[in-house]
Amino acid sequence: MIVVLVEVTPAGEVVETSREAMTFARDLAAAGGGVPIDAVVVGHPDDALVGTLASYGARRVHALTGPAYESFSGAAWAAGLMAVRERAGAVVVTAAGTARGNEVLAHVAARSGLPMAANVVSFSSLSPFTVTRQVVGGAALEEMSLSQRPAIFTLAGHAVEATPAATAGAGELVVETPDVADADLLARVVSTEEPEPDLSGTLKSARVVVGAGRGAGSAEGFDDLLELAELLDASLGVSRVVTSLGWRPHHEQVGQTGSRISPDLYIPCGISGAIQHWAGCSSAKVILAINTDPDAPMVTKATHAVIGDLHEIIPAVNAEIRRRRG
Amino acid sequence: MSVSPLVCVKRVVDATSEVVLTEDAQGVDGRYAGFTTSAHEECAVELAVRIAADGGAATVMTLGDDDAVEQLRAALAVGCAAATHVVADPQAFGPADVAREIAAVVRDHEAAGTPHELVLLGNDAADTGDFQVGIRLAYELGWPVVNGVNTVTVADGEVTATGSGPDGHETFRLPLPAVVTVLEGGVEPRYPSVPGRMKAKKAPIEERRPTADPVGPSRVRLVLPPPSPSTVQVLGEGPASAPAVVDLFEQLGVLAR
Repeated sequence: MIVVLVEVTPAGEVVETSREAMTFARDLAAAGGGVPIDAVVVGHPDDALVGTLASYGARRVHALTGPAYESFSGAAWAAGLMAVRERAGAVVVTAAGTARGNEVLAHVAARSGLPMAANVVSFSSLSPFTVTRQVVGGAALEEMSLSQRPAIFTLAGHAVEATPAATAGAGELVVETPDVADADLLARVVSTEEPEPDLSGTLKSARVVVGAGRGAGSAEGFDDLLELAELLDASLGVSRVVTSLGWRPHHEQVGQTGSRISPDLYIPCGISGAIQHWAGCSSAKVILAINTDPDAPMVTKATHAVIGDLHEIIPAVNAEIRRRRG
Repeated sequence: MSVSPLVCVKRVVDATSEVVLTEDAQGVDGRYAGFTTSAHEECAVELAVRIAADGGAATVMTLGDDDAVEQLRAALAVGCAAATHVVADPQAFGPADVAREIAAVVRDHEAAGTPHELVLLGNDAADTGDFQVGIRLAYELGWPVVNGVNTVTVADGEVTATGSGPDGHETFRLPLPAVVTVLEGGVEPRYPSVPGRMKAKKAPIEERRPTADPVGPSRVRLVLPPPSPSTVQVLGEGPASAPAVVDLFEQLGVLAR
């Protein structure tokens, strides 16, 4: 049996990367002869959420409830996840490779004294169970053996495309209230503030992202880029050098130490395309690079490119959009 | 109450250089790579120095080969007061091994009368991306751990840490002693001053050997992803390309009306 930790948005929907994790778990289950998949969520899922998880193949949906789960604690979530796993006898525990997913499963691995593979992209063998995961910011891949049980791993964002199952699972809701030791509640969220609205607010889920790097030139050099983002209803994402120079805030950073994005269209402007940045944007379906250097890695890896100074090109593009809109 | 944190750093390959694997495919060949400290750990060092500024002293440690002294001296140059080097081949050590060795340093320093009430690490190493050492260390020590935070302050025996969560800006509060793993973005690492560099060059470094043979990572081998062939379509040069760019937007259906 496979247990998948599923994350839920504040609006009560399954996050995209958790849908991907369910899809990957289904592939793994099929390769293993059709073992069942159980989803674990924290909180009180409504019928729609349970239905979604059933459509992705969940036999059961375990809901961790009770005071111990009301605010996030990695250790508490891990305790609850392990209680479900132990009772169900699962041989695999997995989650999306998000901050929460990696943290909770690292707790599970540490408590179990077992290895964990973070950011898996595929599995190559069931016996011995061998997975492939991203390392060095995606510049290399590591084949890793997870022969002990349970096998613990997280799935890299957008390693697979989320698709519902051909045949839905039963989706039986099971409300769980596993005990959590006081020690597991010492490090928990005590308050959460709503994020201030900004153009990066939907960076990870944006359909279009306008990117900017050193070529922006200065903090003042973003005006045209911000206008383009507005015209395309896009989010703004920047390279590490932009945040290091203080031109834009860190939460707008795309890359290995920033957000990993997978928009339909990514428009990196004045970004050379270092490995660390590529690690965050390589899942974009279409990349339109705008750069003065035709040999820049971002240009050679892109699907489309325009060669030239972004400060000349972007105003012309904005003007063309406005002209066509009349 | 002054706090003397331990901050852990790792010498990692600079991924902006070409990554070449060793012949046995067990690691990155250092002959072809530059090396650096992980971005998250640079921020952890900065936080450790700021926390120690209130009457404590920050100690930096690493587990690595002889060359990893460079990362220790870099941290000494920006304000760490002491350094500990566990001399070992880092590729032979898995996350559990590293956590065990850090815990041994914490225990030995406490026995020597220089306790660390707080251990700071990067959220994940830039090379292995394991996300585990800090958490495994916390279980080794029996301390609470908070992960992926940008700011850390200490007052009245309590750590307050903040970071970005899925629902907004989160605040954690936990008692000392504690383990905290740091994400880049909350603080700007300072540049070393010339006197800082000079002092760091001469600073003594505690050298240790590992306390046990490593179990090792669960690595079978490393492979390089196949290079994807360039299929870039150049739409044009300069502002004259604007119509072609907007045509592409229309073709992709991203041009909101």
